[in-house]
Amino acid sequence: MTLSQTAFGVVTVFIIFFTIIYLVKKGKLREEYSWMWLLTGLILLIVVLRFDFLVYISRLIGAVSPTNTLFVFGIIFLIFLCLHFAIKISLLTYEVKNLAQKVSLLEAEYEQGKPTGIGHPELT
Amino acid sequence: MKKCIIIPAFNEGKNIATVIEGIRKHTDADIIVINDGSRDNTATQAKKAGAYVISHPFNMRYGVALQTGYKFALKNGYDLLLQMDGDGQHLPSSIPIFFDMLEKGECDVLVGSRFLGLGGYHPGILKTIGIGLFKVIIRIMNGERITDPTSGYQCMNRKVFSIFTDDSFPCDYPDTNVIIRLHRMGFIVKELPVNMQPNPEGRSMHRGAFKIIYYFFTMSLSIFITMISDRDYLRDKGARS
Repeated sequence: MTLSQTAFGVVTVFIIFFTIIYLVKKGKLREEYSWMWLLTGLILLIVVLRFDFLVYISRLIGAVSPTNTLFVFGIIFLIFLCLHFAIKISLLTYEVKNLAQKVSLLEAEYEQGKPTGIGHPELT
Repeated sequence: MKKCIIIPAFNEGKNIATVIEGIRKHTDADIIVINDGSRDNTATQAKKAGAYVISHPFNMRYGVALQTGYKFALKNGYDLLLQMDGDGQHLPSSIPIFFDMLEKGECDVLVGSRFLGLGGYHPGILKTIGIGLFKVIIRIMNGERITDPTSGYQCMNRKVFSIFTDDSFPCDYPDTNVIIRLHRMGFIVKELPVNMQPNPEGRSMHRGAFKIIYYFFTMSLSIFITMISDRDYLRDKGARS
């Protein structure tokens, strides 16, 4: 890896770090999700500073070149990221559904009272 | 016994009053309309006709509307619950028989079947094939004959609808998968011959190729999940309800 490539990689990683911390500070990104991005940045930093580590991993998994290793791990990371967000969306869907049902039930009770004898107008 | 009828309704302003009036002729049970985010006057019409109306703030689909009804029935101490469609497909003349059989304790869930000899409306070819397939699956898995597993005209006791109030209830399409699950939980599911009419405007939940494929995929997955669920766990859950 040339010096200019390393410098470019380090600057990119630091931009990622600062952006994440800025977003957390502004309340636009929850701490809950920020750790994942910070970890990604850290892994990128290791790869940039210790390129031989990437070469070693490439040999280990049988990749032709370190670039392939980066792409493979990048895609695996994105798949897990999508899965993580699909789980979060599912949870939020349940929560929104339960909340909306609760609001509907409370609103109906507030406006119409208890339902006893509704089917029988003469009983009300 | 305290009884209620829940009617999920989405844009049924034209039919809902007639449906409610029809039900009134056959039962004194409380009539609860779940207005699922309708853009028309469904809620107003249902209230005018004397029903108790629960309105969702936005459309959450049929299964969620049903579950809101179950939660309502559980909260308000009902013993029996009957669910039917708000478009007039389900004829109310069978309601007293539904309640009577449940009151006698002959079963825990009674499913209205359009294929048991009363005649009336029969679905299209694609839906008939689908129903046939799910009938076979139920026969293999439960060892019992259910002729109309996709029927939404059902009556159940408190034990059953209390189970349906948790997040394990399949809100996407609650039909065949629910019947299989109930059987594995140890509940008795029976069928009652009923007469059904086609939707007056030709509407259906399963219209269009994509929806049908999605329905079969979701249903098959849900049945598979039920299959691999621990039978003892399900039975315990059923017994505890």
